[in-house]
Amino acid sequence: MPRWRIRTRVPVALATAGLLLAGCANPSTGSADDDPTKPVTLKFWHGWAAPGEVKAINASIDRFEKLHPNIKVKATGNVTDATINQALRAGGGDSPDVVSSFTTNNVGQYCDSGMWVDLDPFMKKTGLDKKKTFPKTLLDYTSYEGTQCALPFLADAFGMYYNKDAFKEAGIKRPPRTMSEFKKAAAKLTVRSGKDSYRRVGFMPNFRLYQNSPDRLFAQWGPKYFDAEGKSNLANEPKTYDFYKTTNELIRAQGGYDDLEKFRSTFGDEMSSQNGFLTGKLAMHLDGEWRGLMLDDAKAKFDWGVAPLPVPDDQADTYGRGFITGTVLGIAHSSKRQNAAWELVRFLTANTNQVVDLANDIHNVPSTFAALKSPRLDADPRFRTFFKILESKHSTALPPSTNGGAYIVSLGDFSYSVEAGGKKNLRAELKKLDDQIDADNLQAEN
Amino acid sequence: MALSLSNPARRRLRVLGFLSPWLIGFSVFFLYPLIATVYFSFMHYNQIKEPTFVGLRNWRYVFEQMPLFGPALWNTLWLVVVMVALRVVFGLSLGLLITKLKSGVGLFRTAFYIPYLAPPVAATVAFVFLLNPGTGPVNEILSRVGIDAPTWFNDPNWAKPSLVMLSLWGIGDLMVIFMAALLDVPKEQYEAAELDGAGAWAKFRYVTWPSITPIVMFAVVTGVVQTMQYYTQALVAGKIASGVSIGPGSVIQPGYPDHSTLTVPQLVYSMGFQNFNTGAACVLSLVLFAIAMAVTMLLMRKRSGLLSAED
Repeated sequence: MPRWRIRTRVPVALATAGLLLAGCANPSTGSADDDPTKPVTLKFWHGWAAPGEVKAINASIDRFEKLHPNIKVKATGNVTDATINQALRAGGGDSPDVVSSFTTNNVGQYCDSGMWVDLDPFMKKTGLDKKKTFPKTLLDYTSYEGTQCALPFLADAFGMYYNKDAFKEAGIKRPPRTMSEFKKAAAKLTVRSGKDSYRRVGFMPNFRLYQNSPDRLFAQWGPKYFDAEGKSNLANEPKTYDFYKTTNELIRAQGGYDDLEKFRSTFGDEMSSQNGFLTGKLAMHLDGEWRGLMLDDAKAKFDWGVAPLPVPDDQADTYGRGFITGTVLGIAHSSKRQNAAWELVRFLTANTNQVVDLANDIHNVPSTFAALKSPRLDADPRFRTFFKILESKHSTALPPSTNGGAYIVSLGDFSYSVEAGGKKNLRAELKKLDDQIDADNLQAEN
Repeated sequence: MALSLSNPARRRLRVLGFLSPWLIGFSVFFLYPLIATVYFSFMHYNQIKEPTFVGLRNWRYVFEQMPLFGPALWNTLWLVVVMVALRVVFGLSLGLLITKLKSGVGLFRTAFYIPYLAPPVAATVAFVFLLNPGTGPVNEILSRVGIDAPTWFNDPNWAKPSLVMLSLWGIGDLMVIFMAALLDVPKEQYEAAELDGAGAWAKFRYVTWPSITPIVMFAVVTGVVQTMQYYTQALVAGKIASGVSIGPGSVIQPGYPDHSTLTVPQLVYSMGFQNFNTGAACVLSLVLFAIAMAVTMLLMRKRSGLLSAED
C-alpha cells in the first residue's frame, strides 16, 4: 500500500472514530418555549410503589388535571434514582419531563450536571416566592451552589419509635433524651433468649438495619461534613469520634456486634409484616414519619409512641432535632415541555391543599409553611412529633455534593467496618476516608 | 462498473463480501467498543456534558485513589483460580462417575443437570435463605448435630466459598460436556491399556486425559472468561444477606460482607452507571480485558499442558 494512502486513511479513520465518539456523548437537550395552555401530555416518573401511595399520587394527578384540563400526565411509579440518572443521561424522546427522587443525596449532582433544570426562572415567571413558601432547610437540600434545580415534594423527618409495653415491662418512664440515658435504656430493654440470641433488643444501632444508615443517627450530633473549602472534614470533626464511640458502646451494652448481626438476620423485610420493630424484636427504633401509618395498618400488637432521637450529653439543649430529608421534584433537562412541566411541579410542591392532602394520605411531613399550619392536617400527636423535628432549628439535612451521595456511600462503607471492629486507628483511617472522598469529588467535578 | 475493476480488486471485493458479516459484527460489537473504552479512559465524561481530555488522571485514580480496586481485583482473581479449578474437577468427577454407572444414569444425569437450569438470581436467593445463620435450615440442622456452623454469606471469610458452593451446585453444564467427551474416548484404547496391565489411574492418565484435554481446555478458558465477568450471583447474595433495604432513592452497594464479594465487573458498573465516572469505569474494563487476555494466552501455550501436540 503506498505511503500517502496510509497517511490519508489513518487521520480519516481517527477523525471518523472521533466524530462517532463525540456524537455518542451528546444527550439531547430540551427547551422552555412551549405554551403551557396548549394540549400536552407530560411524562412523570416517581418512586412510589406501595398501593396506598400510588393511589394517593394518582389522586394528586387527577386534581392537577382538573385544574389544567389541557395537560395530561402519564405517571410511572417505582422508578429508582439510578434509572432516572441513566435515562436522563441517555436522553431520547421517551425520557420523562418531570422527575422525582426519594433522596436529597443526589440533588448536588442533578443541579451541578444540569440534568435537572434551574427552577428559579420558572418561579420568577409565575410569581412563586420560594423563601416565603418553603422552610430554609428544605430549600438548602434542593439546591446546589445557588442553583435551585429541585423543590421539596413533602419532607421526611427521622425520630424514634418505641414500644410502650416494653418500656413499662422494663420500668422506664419516658423515652431517653441523652445518649447516656439511651445506652442505659437500651441495655435495660434487651432480653436474651439464649447464649447468643435474643427475645428483644433495646435499640439496634447496626448501620445495615433498615433506615439506620450512619448519616441518620450522626445527625443527632450535627456534624460538619465539609470544611469551608469544600474538603471532607470527618477526621477533623470531634463529633465523628464521639458518634462512633457511642454506637460502639451501644453495641457492647447489648451483647456485641456478632450477636446483634445474627439477630438482625432473623428480621423480615423492612416493609413487611416481619419488620423487626413490628414483631416486637426491637424496643426502640430509628425511622421516618411514614412508619406510623404502617404500624396502624398492620395493627401492631403493642402500644407504641414516638419521640425525637436522643442527643449527645454535651448538646442536651438540641434535644428535639433529627435528620431531615425528603422527596424532591424537578424538571428534566431533556424535556421539550418545560413550561407545562413547571405547572405540574408548582402544583405538587406549592399548592397548599394538594400538599396537605398528600401529606395526610401517605403520612409524610408537609413541606410548605402554609401546609404545616393547616388545620386539615392529621392531628395524631405521634405524626405531629415529626413536624416539630422538621421545624427544630437544630435539625439538619445532608449537604449537597457535586458527586451526589457518593460521600455518604463511602461513609456507610467505612462505618460498617468500624462497627465490626475493623478500624483500629480511627484518626488515621478517617484521614484516609477524607482523602478518598476528596479524590472522588475531584473526579466528579465538571 | 464491476467490469472496469481489475481481477485482484474484484477478488479483494469478493473476499470482503464474504467476510463482511463477521467484519461488521466484529467492528460494531468489539472493535468500536474497545476503541471507545480506550478513548474514554483518558477523558472526564459524566455522560451528560462534553468529554474533556484529562490525560492519565483516571488511570492514577484507579490505581492510587480507589481503595476498592484492590479488594475487587483480589476477589475476582480468587474466584477465577478457586471456582474455575473446583468446577472443572467437580464437573469431570461427576462426568466420570455417571459414565461408570450401570443403572440410574438418566436419573442422576437429570438430578445433577436440573440446578443448572435455575435462573441465577432465584438460585442465589434460595441459597442465601438456606444458609441464613439465624433462620436457615442448614445451620439449624448443623446446630442440632452439635456443629457450630459459620455464618456463610454473612462472614467475610465464608462468603466467597459459599459462592463457590453455589457454582458447584449448578455444575450441570460442565458435567454434560465432560460426559460427552468421556463417552467419545475410543473403547479400544482402554482394552489395549488393560492388556498392557494398566490400572485405573494409568488408564485415566494415559488414555482418558489426552483424549479430553481439548474439552478441559475449553472448560478452563470459558470458565476463566465467565468468572472474570462474575457479577449477578455475588451482587444478589451480598444484597440479600446484608438485609439492607433498597428503596427508590438508595444505591445497591455491592461487596457485602466487608467487600468480600466485590468483583471488578461490579466496580465497573458502580463507577460507570451509579457514579457516572465513565473514565474510571473504562480503565477498570481495560484492566479486566488485559488480565483475561493474559490468562487465556498463558493457558493456550503448549507448555500449559492443556494443548495436545496436534493443536
